[in-house]
Amino acid sequence: MLITVTLNGKKQQSDVEPDMLLIDFVRAHGCLSVKRGCETSNCGLCTVFLDDKPVLSCSVLAARADGKSVTTLEGLQEEASEFAEFVADQGAEQCGFCNPGFVMNVIAMLRENPDPSEEEIKEYLAGNLCRCSGYEGQLRGILNFLDMRRRRDQI
Amino acid sequence: MKTVNKGVRKKDAMQLLTGKPVYTNDLAPAECLIVKLLRSPHANAVIEDINTDIAMKVKGIEAIYTWRDIPEGQMRFTCAGQTYPEPSPYDRLILDKHVRFVGDVVAIVAGENEKCVDKAISLIKVKYKVLTPLLDFTLAKDNEILVHPEDNWESLCPVGADNKRNLCAHDESSSGDIDKTLSECDIVIDRTYHTKAVQQTMMETFRTFCTIDMYGRLNVVSSTQIVFHCRRIIANALGIPKTMVRVSKPRIGGGFGAKQTSISEIYPAFVTWHTKKPSKILFSREESMTASTPRHEMQLHVRLGAMRDGRIRGIDLYTLSNTGAYGEHGPTTVGLSGHKSIPLYGSAESFRFISDVVYTNRMSAGAYRGYGATQGLFAVESAVNELAAELGMDPIALRELNITREGEVMPAYYSQMNTSCALDRCLERVKRMINWDEKYPCRDMGNGKVRSVGMAMAMQGSGISGVDVGSATLRLNETGFYTLNIGAADMGTGCDTILAQIAAEVLECDIEDINVYGADTDVSPYDSGSYASSTTYVTGKATEMCALELRSRICELGASMLGVERDKAEFDGRAVFVSDEPEKRVELFDIATASMCGNNIALAVTKTHSSEISPPPFMVGAAEVEIDKETGEIEVVDYYAAVDCGTTINPNLARVQAEGGILQGIGMALTENITYNENGRVLENSLMQYKIPTRVDIGHIHVEFESSYENEGPFGAKSIGEVVINTPPPAIADAVYNAVGKRFYELPITPEQIANAENKFE
Ligand code: FES
Ligand code: FES
Repeated sequence: MLITVTLNGKKQQSDVEPDMLLIDFVRAHGCLSVKRGCETSNCGLCTVFLDDKPVLSCSVLAARADGKSVTTLEGLQEEASEFAEFVADQGAEQCGFCNPGFVMNVIAMLRENPDPSEEEIKEYLAGNLCRCSGYEGQLRGILNFLDMRRRRDQI
Repeated sequence: MKTVNKGVRKKDAMQLLTGKPVYTNDLAPAECLIVKLLRSPHANAVIEDINTDIAMKVKGIEAIYTWRDIPEGQMRFTCAGQTYPEPSPYDRLILDKHVRFVGDVVAIVAGENEKCVDKAISLIKVKYKVLTPLLDFTLAKDNEILVHPEDNWESLCPVGADNKRNLCAHDESSSGDIDKTLSECDIVIDRTYHTKAVQQTMMETFRTFCTIDMYGRLNVVSSTQIVFHCRRIIANALGIPKTMVRVSKPRIGGGFGAKQTSISEIYPAFVTWHTKKPSKILFSREESMTASTPRHEMQLHVRLGAMRDGRIRGIDLYTLSNTGAYGEHGPTTVGLSGHKSIPLYGSAESFRFISDVVYTNRMSAGAYRGYGATQGLFAVESAVNELAAELGMDPIALRELNITREGEVMPAYYSQMNTSCALDRCLERVKRMINWDEKYPCRDMGNGKVRSVGMAMAMQGSGISGVDVGSATLRLNETGFYTLNIGAADMGTGCDTILAQIAAEVLECDIEDINVYGADTDVSPYDSGSYASSTTYVTGKATEMCALELRSRICELGASMLGVERDKAEFDGRAVFVSDEPEKRVELFDIATASMCGNNIALAVTKTHSSEISPPPFMVGAAEVEIDKETGEIEVVDYYAAVDCGTTINPNLARVQAEGGILQGIGMALTENITYNENGRVLENSLMQYKIPTRVDIGHIHVEFESSYENEGPFGAKSIGEVVINTPPPAIADAVYNAVGKRFYELPITPEQIANAENKFE
C-alpha cells in the first residue's frame, strides 16, 4: 500500500506491506538510531515521535503513519546534542544501545514539562530500560542539564 | 597526573548519545541473507527424520541446513571464549542429531527476507524420538539419563570431567584440617543456599553478519567481547583453517559476559561460507532469553566455624553447579564460588572447597559478570551475616575482626599475596555513608512499613593470572598524533577511552591526540578479550609499557635529529630537547614528519603483557530496604557502596560501572529468575516476564572509592567491572532478615515469599 509520511521533515511516498512495523519502516529509510530491544513493548529503545508524540515504533504499523509526520533522533540532532553533553559528562552513555530511545523520551518529557521533579523524571522515563548504567548517571545528567537551563534562563 | 584519574568523556560518547549507526545491524549490508534457526520443542530428543523439501520450495529461500550437512567425523567444539586449550569441554556440533534442551538448534534457514524464512521454518517436518529429559541438577550426577552419551565428546583440560557421569567438572582444594577446625569451633553455621540462573539481558541481543572478502576469506562482524577466540571457535565449528577467518567487532550494545560465548556467530558463518553470500542473524529477545548463556544455577553448602569471640576459624564449601546442556564456562565459573569468597576471611586457619559441575537438559549456562563469585559470595556472606546474628555481634564489627589485610597470604586465593587492599577502609566508609549505627538492624516507620539495613563484602580478580594476555600497539602519525590499536573489546565499559588515558598520561599528550582502534583479528595485536575483569589491569599495563617504549623511540629519533647522545635527550610530550642547551630542541611535529622520510627508527611499538598475579578489587555494600508489612512489597531505598579498585583511571566510568553492576545485583536479589515448566521450557521468555530493574524500582545508589595502590597495575589500578555485582544479594537478604525475622536461602526473594513467611515481623 502507498503511504505518505513526513520523515524528519521530508515528505515522501512509499509502498509498504500492510503489516510492516514503523520501526522497520524508519530503519529501511536510513534512520538507524531507532533500535529494537524486545518484542513486547517493554524496553523503549524504539521510541520515535508520531506527530510530535512519543510512540513505541515496534508496536505501531507503518500504515498508521500515513499522512503524519515521524521524527527520529536523526531529525533532532541539535536538540539532542545540547542535552547529551550532560550525560556524556557523567559517562552514563555506556554501551549506548538504549541512548536514542532514552534521549527521544527526555526531549518529549521536557517539551511537555520543562521543569520536572526527580519523581516526575523517573515516572516519565520508567519505560526506558537501561541495563548498563543503573540509571543514576542518566538522572544526574538530566538534573545537571535542567540546572544549566534554569541558570541560563535567569540571566 | 594529567589524564589518569580524571573523569574525561568517553571518546565515543556523543556518537552513541546522538544515535549514530555504529552497531552490527547498522553496518550489515542491505543484501544480507536473513538467517534464522528452527529450534527444538523438546528438552531431550533424537531427530529421526527431517524433511526440508517443501520448505526449500518457498520463494526466496537460499539454503536450509540440518545435521546431515555436518560432515561425519567433524570434531566437537566449545563456544566458550577462553584461552586454548579451553577448560570447557568440546561438546557441541553446529547441528546435531541429538537435541539437548528446548531451543537447541535443529535447522539453519537462510533466505531473502524474514517472511520467507519464517514460512520455510514452519514447513520443515521433523520426526523426533522424544527422550526423558534430565531437568533437576541435584539428580544429574551419575543419573542414568546421559546428556552427552556420545563418544566424540572431549575434555581438553584436566578439570575432572566425565560425560558418562554427566560431569562437566569436579575439583577439590583445601588448606589445613577443616574437619578438625570445625570440631573445635564454638559455633558452626551449616546452611545450603540456592542461586538461580539469571540473564545478562544486554539491550542489544546477539547478532552477527558475515561476508566473503576480496581474498575469498570469511569476514565476520559481530557483537562480541572476544574476537580472537571467536576466530578459533568459528574455524573449529566449520572445520576450516583459521587463516580463512577474520573477526571484528563494531560498537557492542552491552555484553556482561554473555558475549564471551560465541552464541550467534557460527550460524551466519556457516551460511556465508557455503553460499558465498553475505548473511546476518539477529537473535530475537525471546531467543536471547531461552537459548543463550545465563548465569550458572548453583547450590552451595556452607559450613562456617567460629569462636564465641567472633573469630572465624574455618570455611567448608561444597558447590554444585548446573551447566545445562553444554559446558561453556562450566569448569571455571564454579571455581570462583569458593576462591573469590573464602579468601575474604584472612583469619580462617583452614578451608575446604569441593565442586561438581553437572550437565542437565536445560539451556546452557555461561559467563555473567561476577562469574561464580556472585553465587559463592551470596552463600558465604549470608552465612557470615547469620553468624553475626547468632553471636549477637554487629556484622561490620565481625568483619573487622576477620578480614584479609594487605600483605597477608590468601590460602584460598591460590596462595597469592594480598598485594593491595583497602577492605578495612571500605568497611569504615560504608558504615559512615549509610549511618549504620543509627539504622541497624531496623526501624518500624509506623505506616505499615519497616525499614532495615544489611551489608556484605565482595572481591573478584583482575584478569586470569598467568593466562590472560593483553597487548597494545601505538604508532606516531604525521603532525604528532597517535594511533592506539587494541584487541580488547569496549562493550560500553569505556576501555577505548581508559586505555587512551593511560597512553596519554605516559606520552604527555591530550586524549584527543590518541585515536583508538579495536578489535579486529586481522589488525589488532593479540588480546584474550574483554572478560575476567582483565582489560584495565592487563591490557592497561600493556598500554603503559607500550607508551613508555614509544616515548623512548621518539627520544631516540629526536636525539639523532639533534645530533646528541640518546641519554642526553628528554621528551615532554611536545618536543625532544636537551635540558641545559635551550637551542637543542626539536618539536614532535618535526619528529613525526622526519619519521616518514629517510627514517630507520620505527615509531610504532607493540607490547604484550600477562600478569602472574590477579590482584582482587574489594568492596563493601549496604542496602537500606523498605518492606510493606502487609504485602511484603520490598524496595531498595538506598544502596551504599565503597569500592577499592586501586587507582580509578576514570572515576566517572568507574562510578557508572559500579552503579550499573549494583542494580543488576539488586535485580538478581529481588526479581530476576529463570524458571522452567515440567517439559523443560523456559517461562520467562520476554522482558514482560523477566523483570530487570526499571528506574522506578530503585531509590538511589551511592558509590564512593577507597583506593589502595596496586604496584603491578597501570598507575596503581585493579579491576572494577565484575566485583560490583556481588554485594546486593547477600546484603539485601540480610536486610530482609533484619526486618522480617526470617532468613531466605534462595534467590530471588519475592514479596509473596515475604508476605507468606511465618511469624514475620515479631
Ligand atoms: S523494541 Fe522494545 S519497546 Fe519497542
Ligand atoms: S547504556 Fe547500555 S543499555 Fe543503556
